[in-house]
Formats: sequence, C-alpha cells, structure tokens
Amino acid sequence: MPTKHESVLHESVLDVDDLAVHFQLQGGALSRLLGLKARSVKAVDGVTLTLHRGEVLGLVGESGSGKTTLGRALLGLVPTTGGSITYHGRERGDRLVSEMRGAELRRLRTDLQMVFQDPHAALNPSMTIEEAVGHPLVIHGIASGDELRQRVSAALERVGLAPVERFLGKYPSDLSGGQKQRAVIARAIILDPEVLVADEPVSMLDMSVRAKILQLMLDLKNDLGLTYVYITHDLATAKYFCDRIAIMYLGRVVEIGATDEIFANPRHPYTKALLKAIPEPDPEKQVPRDLPRGEIPDAAVPPLGCAFHPRCPEAIAGCGWESRDLRALLEEHWTRRVEAYDDEVALIGDLDSLDTPSTTAKLGSGGSGEVRALLDRIRAENPDEPLWKGVTDIEPASNGVEVHFQPAGSPALRRAGGVEVACILYPEGAPDP
Amino acid sequence: MRKFLSTIWSTKGLARWILLVGVVITVVFVAFAIFAPWIAPFDFNQTRDAAGVKFPKLQSPSGTHWLGTNDQFFDIFSRVVWGARTALEVVVISVLVAGVIGVPLGLVSGFIGGWIDRLLVFVMDALYTIPSLLLAIIFAFLLRDALGGSIMAVALALAAIYVPQYYRVVRSTTVSAREATYVEAARAIGAKPTTIMRKYLFGNVVQSVPVLGTLNAADALGTLAALGFLGLGIQPTEASEWGYDLSRALDDAQAGVWWPALWPGLAIILLITALTLVGEGLNETLNPALRRRRLLPVRFPSKATPTDPEMAEAAK
Amino acid sequence: MNSPTVDLIDGQVTEPGAPGGPVLEVRDLRVWYGTERGPVRAVDGVSFDLAEGEILGVVGESGCGKSTLGRGLIGLLPDGSNRDGTLRFQGTDMLALKPKEQHAMRGRDLGMIFQEPLTRLNPLMRISEHFSETLKTHDKSISKAEIERRSLESLRVMGIPPTRFHAYPHEFSGGMRQRLMIALTLVLRPAFVVADEPTTALDVLVEAQIIRILHDLRANYRTALLLITHNLGIVAEACDRVAVMYAGEIVEIGDAREVFARPQHPYTRELLRSTISLSTTGLNYIDGAPPDLVEPPPGCHFHPRCPDAMKICASRHPITRVHPGGSLASCWAADAREGLLADVPVVELEPLPREEIAVADEA
Repeated sequence: MPTKHESVLHESVLDVDDLAVHFQLQGGALSRLLGLKARSVKAVDGVTLTLHRGEVLGLVGESGSGKTTLGRALLGLVPTTGGSITYHGRERGDRLVSEMRGAELRRLRTDLQMVFQDPHAALNPSMTIEEAVGHPLVIHGIASGDELRQRVSAALERVGLAPVERFLGKYPSDLSGGQKQRAVIARAIILDPEVLVADEPVSMLDMSVRAKILQLMLDLKNDLGLTYVYITHDLATAKYFCDRIAIMYLGRVVEIGATDEIFANPRHPYTKALLKAIPEPDPEKQVPRDLPRGEIPDAAVPPLGCAFHPRCPEAIAGCGWESRDLRALLEEHWTRRVEAYDDEVALIGDLDSLDTPSTTAKLGSGGSGEVRALLDRIRAENPDEPLWKGVTDIEPASNGVEVHFQPAGSPALRRAGGVEVACILYPEGAPDP
Repeated sequence: MRKFLSTIWSTKGLARWILLVGVVITVVFVAFAIFAPWIAPFDFNQTRDAAGVKFPKLQSPSGTHWLGTNDQFFDIFSRVVWGARTALEVVVISVLVAGVIGVPLGLVSGFIGGWIDRLLVFVMDALYTIPSLLLAIIFAFLLRDALGGSIMAVALALAAIYVPQYYRVVRSTTVSAREATYVEAARAIGAKPTTIMRKYLFGNVVQSVPVLGTLNAADALGTLAALGFLGLGIQPTEASEWGYDLSRALDDAQAGVWWPALWPGLAIILLITALTLVGEGLNETLNPALRRRRLLPVRFPSKATPTDPEMAEAAK
Repeated sequence: MNSPTVDLIDGQVTEPGAPGGPVLEVRDLRVWYGTERGPVRAVDGVSFDLAEGEILGVVGESGCGKSTLGRGLIGLLPDGSNRDGTLRFQGTDMLALKPKEQHAMRGRDLGMIFQEPLTRLNPLMRISEHFSETLKTHDKSISKAEIERRSLESLRVMGIPPTRFHAYPHEFSGGMRQRLMIALTLVLRPAFVVADEPTTALDVLVEAQIIRILHDLRANYRTALLLITHNLGIVAEACDRVAVMYAGEIVEIGDAREVFARPQHPYTRELLRSTISLSTTGLNYIDGAPPDLVEPPPGCHFHPRCPDAMKICASRHPITRVHPGGSLASCWAADAREGLLADVPVVELEPLPREEIAVADEA
C-alpha cells in the first residue's frame, strides 16, 4: 500500500504557472501559398499547478485533453508558448524550465525523467538492454567502463530484471511487454532523478502485469524518494496510485484536489461522467445510460464558454451555448427522425454557416414562420435539452430566424470544498453543496 | 550485424536460391579481381610475350591465347580477368562514396528539417530527374580534366548518380523514425542531436542501404560498360574495361570474328545478373513487406476427448 | 439532444433474455497455426453454444487464443492455419463448406468488428458508397432507394446523423468511425457478429457509448455477439455469459454474474483479483506468463502459475464439469472442493511444489 499523504510534504518541486503550449498546424498547400494564418491548437491552455515533493500527482483525461503535452512540457520536451515552469532542484536551486535551451535543458534531464506509454517503441530496437539502460550515464559523462557496467546491473536488479546476465545482451524484441517497461524504468532511474513523469506506463501492458509494474513504481518511489507525475486516462489506477489528481479537459484543468476527495465527492460534471463510465468488474453494475454525448471537440476551435458544455448533462444558461451547438441539435434531431430529414433540411438550408463559432446563429431559408415552428417542434420533443436554457431570443431574420445565445466566458478554477473546480456551478465564494 | 547475418542464414525457398546463385557468381568474379595477376597469363596491356614477340592480331582461341586476341593485340582472357578487377574497383568505390555522402546527408536532412532539408531535397530531386547515363557522362566530362580517364574519375562520376538514391531512402526513413518514441526517449535522457542521429537513428535507417547498394552495384556495372562503350570511360591504357573492349569488337563481329565481343559481353551480363540476384535476394530476405512466412501444413492428430455426459448437456 | 432512443426495427419485437435456439454450436474446435517449431495450438478444443441475441464475452491475457477463436469462428484465418472439430451455424456445418460458400456467408450471416476501424474503411470512398458496396455485394438487384433506406436506418441506430451520409471516413472522430464500422457490419443483419476488442483504441466515455450500443444490439437485430476483450469490466456490464480462455482452452464459462461473483477456476479468480478497479485496495498479480502454445505444459496448462495447484494438475488434464451455480470449469482444485475426487489417491491431491518463477518472467 502506498503511504498516501504521510509522505506528502508541502514543499514544491515544480511550479507550473498559467502554462500554455500552442502548436501551429501546417495548413494545406494552398493556404500556405496564399500566406493564410495557420490554425493553432491549444494543447495546453492556462494550466496552473504545483507538484509537491514526494507525492504522486495524477493528470487524468481523455486523449486530446493535453495531459501528455503537459507532461512533456514539464521536461522541456515541447516548447512552451506562454506562462512558466519553475523547477526547485535540491542541488542547483530554482530554475525556469520554460526558458531553458540546449545544454542546460539536457542537464535538466538528470533531475527530471520520463517513462513512456509504449515500452516497445520507447527502446531503440538496435540497442541491447545494457547499452540502452546505460546510455544516460554515457551521455552525461557520469560513468564508463566497469563502473558503468556495475550501475547498469544495479539498475536492472532494482527493477526486477534479474538475473541481470539474462537481460544485458538482449534486444528489446526479445523481451515481453512487462520486461521492456522495466528496462524503460531502469533507464529512467539510473540518473537518480528527483521527478519521474510516467505517461500511461501500464496502459499498453497485459492486465496481469499492470499491478506488478505499478507495485514496482511504488517501491521505487519509496526507496529512492521520487516524485511522480502519473499521466493516465484510467481513473481506476489513478485512484489507487495518486495522492492528488488533476482532471484535464481540452487543455485545461477542470478539477484538481486530493484523490480521496475527488472520488468521494466529484464536483465537475466531467469528473462525474468519467467515474460513471469506468467499466467495473462488478456483476451488479449495469451499462451506464446517462453518459455525455459526443466526443472531445477539436482543440483548434474549442467550444465557446466552458469547453465541456456541449456534452455536459448539467449545463445551464451561462455555459457558453453557441451556433455549433445548434447544428449538433439539428443533426441529432434528424438522426432520430430520418424520415423528416429531406423536408426539414430544405427548410433550414445551409448548415455550414453555423460552424463559425458565434453567439448569434442565423439559419433557415424557407420562411421565418416555418423555421420557427420547426425549432419549436424540436424543442417540444425534448424540452429538457440544456441548449434551450442558453437561448435568450429567437427573432425573424430575412427568410429564417436569428437565434441569440447568452455569451459566457471560460470558467476559472475556484476553490470548492477541499478541491478546486472550473465550473459555473461552483461560483466564487459559494457554499460547498 | 548478428541479427542481419542470422536473418540471411535463415532464408528459405526461392529467396535462398536467388541469393545463393548470385553470391556464387559474384564470388567467382571477386576471385578474378583479387587474384588477377596469378590467374591471367598476361598483363592487361601486354601486347608482346616474354620474348618480345608481338601477339597476333585477332587470333582465334588457341593454346597460348585461350580466348584469342583482339584488334589491339591484347590477350582476351587476360583482359576479361583484369576487367573484373576494374569493374569491382569502380563498383565498390562508387557505391561506397555514394553511401558515405548520401547516407549522412539524408540523415541530417531528415532529422533537422527546415530550410537545409528543403534545399537538399530540391538539389537531389533535380539530380534524380536527369537520366543516369546522361548524368554519368556529364560528370565523367567534368572530372576528366582533374583525374583523366582513370578508374577514380569514372567511379566518382558513377557515385554522383547514386548519391540522390541513398539520400532519398535514408531521408524518408529518418523522417518517419524521427517521430518514433525511442527518439523522444533519447531526448528525454538528455542526448544531443548528434548523439541521437549517431546512436538512435543511424542503426535503424541504414537497414535498407545494403539492398540498395547491391542493386546499385549492378546498375553501376552497366553504366560503367556504357561509358566505356561510348569511349568516355576508362582509357584502355589505364585498365582493362569490358565495355570498351566490347565497343572495339563490334565491327569485327560483323565480319565473323566473334571471340573479341563474346567474352567481355558475357562477363558484363553475368556479373550484372549476379549482383541483381544478390540484391533481389537480400530484398526478399530483409524487407519485411516482401518476406513471406513459410507456411507449413497443419495436421490434427486424432484427439481422445474426455467425454463427460454433463458437459454436452450444460454447454447448451 | 439526448442520444437517440433505441427503437425496434420493422416491428420485430424481441425480448432480451428470451432468445431462441442456438445460432452457433461449437464442439471441440481447434485452430492451429503451422510453424517450423511445430503447430501453434492457438485454439485447442473449445466447446460452447451461442443463442440468438446472446452476448458472450471472451476474456484472458494476450496470447491465450481469444482473437484466433473469434477469427476461427467466422473463417477469417491467415494462410497456414487449419480448423478442426465441429462448428455449426444455424445448423450448417461450417467446416464442411467450400471456401467460396464460406466467403459468401461472411458479411451476410457472419460479421466482424475490428479494433481499429480506420484501417478497414477506404479513405477515398464516401460513407454512402461504403454502404452501397456492402449491400450490393450480397444483393445485386437492390434499388438505390432501398440502399439509402437501409443505410440511414442502420446509421440511425448507431446515432450518426443523416447529414454525414455523404462524408468521407477521415471526417469522422474515432468513436464515430467505430459506430460507422458497426453500422456497416449490421446493415446486412448478420445473425452472428464477432467484435474483437472494439473499444480498446477509444476513450473511456466513447468506450461506454459503444458498449451500450453493443449491449442494445439484441433488441435491434437479435444478433448473437462474441465480444473479445481484455477488460473484465466491459464483460461484467455488457455480456450475458463469459468464457475465460487460457492457453487455447476455455477454462471456465458461465453466466457473467455467476462467474464474476463465484469464480470456479483459479485463473478466473486471479484475473479478477489482478484487475485494478475503483474498489481496488491492494495490488495483486499473476506470476509468470502464458505458456508457449507450441508446447503447452502437461496436465492443466495453468498449473505452473496456479496458487492452488496439486500434484495431479501437473500430469492429468482436468475434466470440464458443471459446478454449483451452473458454470462449467476445468479444474481439479474445484473438483476437489466439491468432493468429486474421492477415488483419486490422496498423494495426488497434495499441493504441487512450485518452481520458482523469477520476478521478470512475465507477460
């Protein structure tokens, strides 16, 4: 069992402040020729958090949530575009990771290390285990010759790859998934780092070995005094493994706090949904029915307001409803009533104009009255649809209608009970429900 | 390397035969090349015997001149044997030089990217579009002033043709390998870009180079002969070269003198075929996309199943 | 904008839980691959029945023959493999059919849903073209209107809006593509579908959506489904019955709730214990790795890793028996618990001295 909380000293190792990592997307050939502005993806957008010495901090989210990018940014593997990361090293004092370049950045890697998701891909196929595990020492000029050999053997033994002689000369392709991940972990700890960023370290492994590797990581943490950032999409392992958890959605932290508190009392609707969706090997549990619809949206053009609002079962008027949500509503209506599609789409006309994010949506080409009537019919089908809460006004315009939505900003992280939540349902200073 | 050899050793079926035949013929020519002074009865440019008597011109095969002599009084058998040495020297030098230039260029270009990459791609693509023989002629011309009609001049001219090929193959594999997790892992342990290229990328991107090398060798041989045939290759006084001999012999062949043309021609065809076979064989063996799993028939032994009366009942 | 309610098609009223006769009868099925070292016994003597509208989950570690079983059932096997035993689909002996006849049944009667949908869709073909091609392959005279009606109906059940009917595969998100794949598989109404790890590449929330769709298939299509997964949670939620595979054999099969609540085979028990779930309070794992299927261990294949192994387990293959609760399991230890081994010498029932398994001998 991990000694939760006991080992958590409130001394910070890494401070992340309003961090942003935006990637420029390569546009098509034509847009590059015409010099159009490339789209940018906000992989990480305004994340502030602190990593305490000796803790396990979980970054949990779906793919596209920015958790992996954040983890890589901590090691300086991706350039940051805004904000800062400060590393409070034991030996060399405070340093700004976000401003390091070249040799300085490479030296940082003796303190911060990483374990990758796919152990097979993370090892060079043409290097033996001995070379691969010992290479960090060679690169940083720390050991060579006999000492190198001894330290590699010690690291392999440490991660359970014993007898060492059996593994030294092997190539990655000769090892099983679990063994490869042990080698990757050995390579990460051989430099005696302070922080280990583990990006889904067990998700590619067979279920019978997952627990073994997690146990190994816990043992290493206790024996070597490591601090972990554990990146995962799997709330079940996060619950067992982490002291604190940050739930991420579309580049932002939507909820962060102590693991026990988050699981006992999830606040953000997204956290609640994730918890409900985990398939549990409990014979009494049924297929969950009230799950969020749709998928994580395109980070290049995130939803207005709260990024989760289009999928949120608890959404209210001020969540940031907009034109694209109206399109999704129409499409869902037609999915249910395929027979009405041909007639109604003629009435609505061009749908693509709704794709430009706006709080004013103009639609319809078959007469204001008819379009209005159609919208009313759709509303009557499902009056509980949260989108209607955000509609402030529907007025006739040319041959259709103009739907106005209540504008809203993106909610910031605010303290609620023992955790911090970014949700309009938990406003500043509100009593914890 | 250990893996490489064991893969070749474990080759089965057609690929093995292709490889074997190719290797055997190639080895014979390599032996010719290495032991030419002992195998060939005369020097490649010898026109008189030890006693100073000039060889007869266009003499048909005889006891002294096993394959006859040609119009320049040379002993054809000696010319063919010495020609193997020339051919292999040119092939080895040109392929090595092309590899030594093309592989690092491709590696750096693919790994670093940016304007260096774009410039190199442009230059290499431009070179690649020119027909290889034409390109070889141009380079042979350019190098003639500096190096004359020597083996080195021709070898370098040929190398120039093949650089873009190595560059393209290595660059494209580098571009995909650059995104591999193990490269990111190398960065995460603090490896410098040069270390990443040397220790992590090189070993993984050069795997297609041996195949390309043998295929290029066959092509180089053909181009070398073509240059010699056109009179732009190695001068007859510098070394014995099959293409040149062949071109000299063509006029006589029409007059019924077949032996000066036959033997150099045969040598060219045999060695090109052998090298192509080695290349194809290696490709079959090393290229996972082409490598087919050997299929073995499955036979089921009759199995005495423990029959449990409950089982059939309960399976429903 | 709630997800579409799942309607019944064409007025076919099927009540889940009241299925008809068996769609599939499998008896002592073996699927072996030929290699230079000898045959790989990927599936070695598997028997079960599958009823109309029933969902059977197949679980086990990787390399236990789950995928081969799925492919073997619909005949999608690579060259160099061979099937033996009895495989009856709606009464037809599948192994006696000519390859051409088997091929004709695929798609129409037997469907397959893969893990990675994008690789199965042609990027240059619109969704509408995919549907039209699938439908035309099995019915050349089908009209355009009929194609559209059936395709849109199929899409509707999967919750894909008709506005996307003429889109290309790359315009869909991962979860949508998997639904599309399912819609394409089901448009022909196959009576039996194999889903091989259909949600492994998807996120938790999307995975839950797909699992719900698969769970609801019985109401819409009366399809019998074989759901291959490594995720025991999915089986618990979506399946009626579960088969636990180890080293090419089904070691335990039975009602999903029963198997999860009272596992009879130590492998099932250890697999459940090693799964990390929200209620996990301690880490458990199974030592060792699944055996080489060219030469599986004698006796019970699981005995080298089994905490309950007895001397008999190392020499004699266990007999498949019905255990209290109705599950079928092949395990000497379970037999001994029920007092069924009275005529076996006591020395055979002594605990098997275990060979040391190194920490790193693992999957």
